[in-house]
Amino acid sequence: MNRSRTRSSPSELAMRTLLFICALTAVIFVLLITVYLILSGLPAIQEIGLFNFLFGDIWQPTSSTDPKFGILPMILTSIYGAAAAIVIGVPIGIFTAIFLAKAAPPKLAALIRPMIGLLAGIPSVVYGLVGMCVLVPCLRKWLDLPAGDSLLAAVIVLAVMILPSVISVSETALEAVPKEYEEASLALGATELETYFRVTAPAAKSGIAAAAALGTGRAIGEAMAILMVAGNVANMPSLLKSVRFLTTGIAIEMNYAAPGSLQRQALFSIGLVLFLFIMLINILLSIVLKADKGDNL
Amino acid sequence: MRASLAPRRRLYNTGAKLLLWLSAGICCVLLLFVIGYICYRGLPGVSWELLTGQESILQGTAGIFPSLVNTLYVIIVSLAVALPLGAGAAIYLTEYAKSRRLVNAVEFAADILAGIPSILYALIGVILFCTALRLQKTLLAGSLTLAIMILPTILRTTQESLRTVPRSYREGSLGLGSGQWHMIRTVVLPSAADGIVTGCILAAGRVTGESAVLMYTAGLSTVMQDFSSIENIMKASGATLTAALYVYAKERADFAEAFAVATILLFLTILINFSAELAAKRLHKRKK
Amino acid sequence: MKRLLMSCAVCILFLTACGSTADTAVVNTEGSTSMADIIAVLQESFHTEDTSITVNFSGTGSGAGIESVLTGTCDIGLSSRPVRPAELQRGAAVHIIALDGIALIVNLSNPVTDLTIPQIASVFTGQITNWKTLGGPDAPIAVYGREAGSGTRTAFEELIGAADNCLYTNEYGSTGDVTGNVSTNPNAIGYASLASVNDTVSILKVNGIACTERTIQNGAYSLQRPFIMVTNQNTVLSKPSQAFLDYALSQEAAPYLSLAGAIPP
Repeated sequence: MNRSRTRSSPSELAMRTLLFICALTAVIFVLLITVYLILSGLPAIQEIGLFNFLFGDIWQPTSSTDPKFGILPMILTSIYGAAAAIVIGVPIGIFTAIFLAKAAPPKLAALIRPMIGLLAGIPSVVYGLVGMCVLVPCLRKWLDLPAGDSLLAAVIVLAVMILPSVISVSETALEAVPKEYEEASLALGATELETYFRVTAPAAKSGIAAAAALGTGRAIGEAMAILMVAGNVANMPSLLKSVRFLTTGIAIEMNYAAPGSLQRQALFSIGLVLFLFIMLINILLSIVLKADKGDNL
Repeated sequence: MRASLAPRRRLYNTGAKLLLWLSAGICCVLLLFVIGYICYRGLPGVSWELLTGQESILQGTAGIFPSLVNTLYVIIVSLAVALPLGAGAAIYLTEYAKSRRLVNAVEFAADILAGIPSILYALIGVILFCTALRLQKTLLAGSLTLAIMILPTILRTTQESLRTVPRSYREGSLGLGSGQWHMIRTVVLPSAADGIVTGCILAAGRVTGESAVLMYTAGLSTVMQDFSSIENIMKASGATLTAALYVYAKERADFAEAFAVATILLFLTILINFSAELAAKRLHKRKK
Repeated sequence: MKRLLMSCAVCILFLTACGSTADTAVVNTEGSTSMADIIAVLQESFHTEDTSITVNFSGTGSGAGIESVLTGTCDIGLSSRPVRPAELQRGAAVHIIALDGIALIVNLSNPVTDLTIPQIASVFTGQITNWKTLGGPDAPIAVYGREAGSGTRTAFEELIGAADNCLYTNEYGSTGDVTGNVSTNPNAIGYASLASVNDTVSILKVNGIACTERTIQNGAYSLQRPFIMVTNQNTVLSKPSQAFLDYALSQEAAPYLSLAGAIPP
């Protein structure tokens, strides 16, 4: 009697409603973001034409005679750049994760783990600064280029930046693999290393896939660090040439595009394209995870 | 036993071992190089005057005190907004929510928010806070944008720590006749406090390291802002440490100062990581 | 719970108070990054005279600065290119506070010292791609420029007669960025506002004339443009903004302008 009265007292009800609203904010924000990005991204696409926008290969937004708004070079650069960063970063990340979770002496692992955390915490502009002051001049000298700012420089920076998230997610996945699997494999005569590579890693494949997807998301979404090393000309992607990603395309012109101009609206359209890319990766990831849950065990 | 392995297997084992050590070695060398290089170029520039001074062209002095204050401003305001929302959401999801569908929807939304890259948050901040809510380019607009960005971090960590509070605590309290909110406030929240603190530290770390959002929504001014009245606080607009780093490195080509700021950011990152780890350790101890 | 409610209350307070746009002693200026140094020095010297007013500067671009002042999102717009007729029609009022030379810069190690306008145009449109053609070493030319929308780029391309025709190796987001990258790359050539060029790069002569205060003032150096403060004729300028504008145009400000590398008109 007493209990039911306090439970439905006005203040209890008020708190319950308030907390419910808090819970809804995340959903509301997602809807708000989606709606706003679509609303602000569509006008320019309508004016330019979807085909010309997505498949045009010249970006010349402020030309007084013949402005062109083709973002194909940026789309391809983002895809190539992220793919190359993953090809370099993900294997190193996964091997490091296996090392930390299984093969490393516990003391050494305890020393390296906080270092990986630090690698994750370093702000992206700091990576950009180091890339700009070390990597870019080195690439210029070694490869004898007019300038070192290039897709290659951006790929290297991206590969470093996705390492920590790939490592920590796959390490968690590896550690969640039941001990019995490994014990069985060892008992059958496999060595420890064979067990890690042929039993533990395949058993943790969904977690490792999630790590790769997370890395892809980060690589596609990173802006400030690669803005400082990529050279930023909207060329078709080529490893040693200056390139512009979807993200850096927004970043470099955002401050300069006059409000209300088609150039600025087109930047929001690039934002919409980038958003769709990210959502696609998210959805693929959840499908992979779900499918894996189905056939697991 | 090793000696009895076939040569091919022995090769495989050695190769695998080499691969693992090599990968881990690359990661460590990378990190040590980045830290070493930043300190090498930045440490000579770090001084008490730099930390507490303001830059002056007339007197020829440099100083990043305004950027430190701006960074603090952004951390406080974004946490003040995101903490009640995120923690409140987590409380509702773990303590009240009956519908699995609602929980899934909110968690999915949080995952999406966590996956949106910061340059898109910058666009959203520009559309939503700077333009639609007429905040212009201000620290306030930047902080509110960041609040959305760190919401999932706080929501998820709070949720995790609430789950570690034993059921029996709740049942005991409810059994004694307290209302649900009363029970949460007196029993659940105090035992989940360190998890929430960890979440806040992690969120503060993200805010400190964020640059894209703040560059486009909070302005790039490196002079001291006037925080003397509510109105001025709301109109204040300036660069945080990361944005100041960008300004020094890119707009002024002043690399000495840029690396000095990078060194300070590096130490802040170490400090934040260390305290997050400490908080997390306390959490785990209690769990046991 | 109290803390929770308090923070909620603070947020709501913040959000509701945002709607009010009363006159505070803040002047928001926005526009050309080429004018960053000038505004920084004016900001500081003005602040010593009147401590009640804070001047803010957002480095965006000339076009964005003018647009912002016309739409009311900032108090004073800053442009480093001439204001266009369409913008004047919409109510832009022009106040020239200084002149600026667009300096053509190369790396300190580069032996080339002098180029003609046609040579510059050929380099920037991609017809000359090696320093040897210009009397330098046998090395490729890295052409550095600014991104679309920059006042410096618009002014420069128009002055060398290659509007929208330039082929850049790299594009950078600000004046200092071009200078910084030229200073680290021996192959590079770029352009930047004289006001923000320091001694980390060397400045080329154009048609045999050095880029100096005197040659810009007497018009002999051809790559030059005005620095302009733009206000909106259709709205009343706030008192602090008017005070800052008056100060920038006054005799007192002139020595500070030269200190920042700009040339009083």
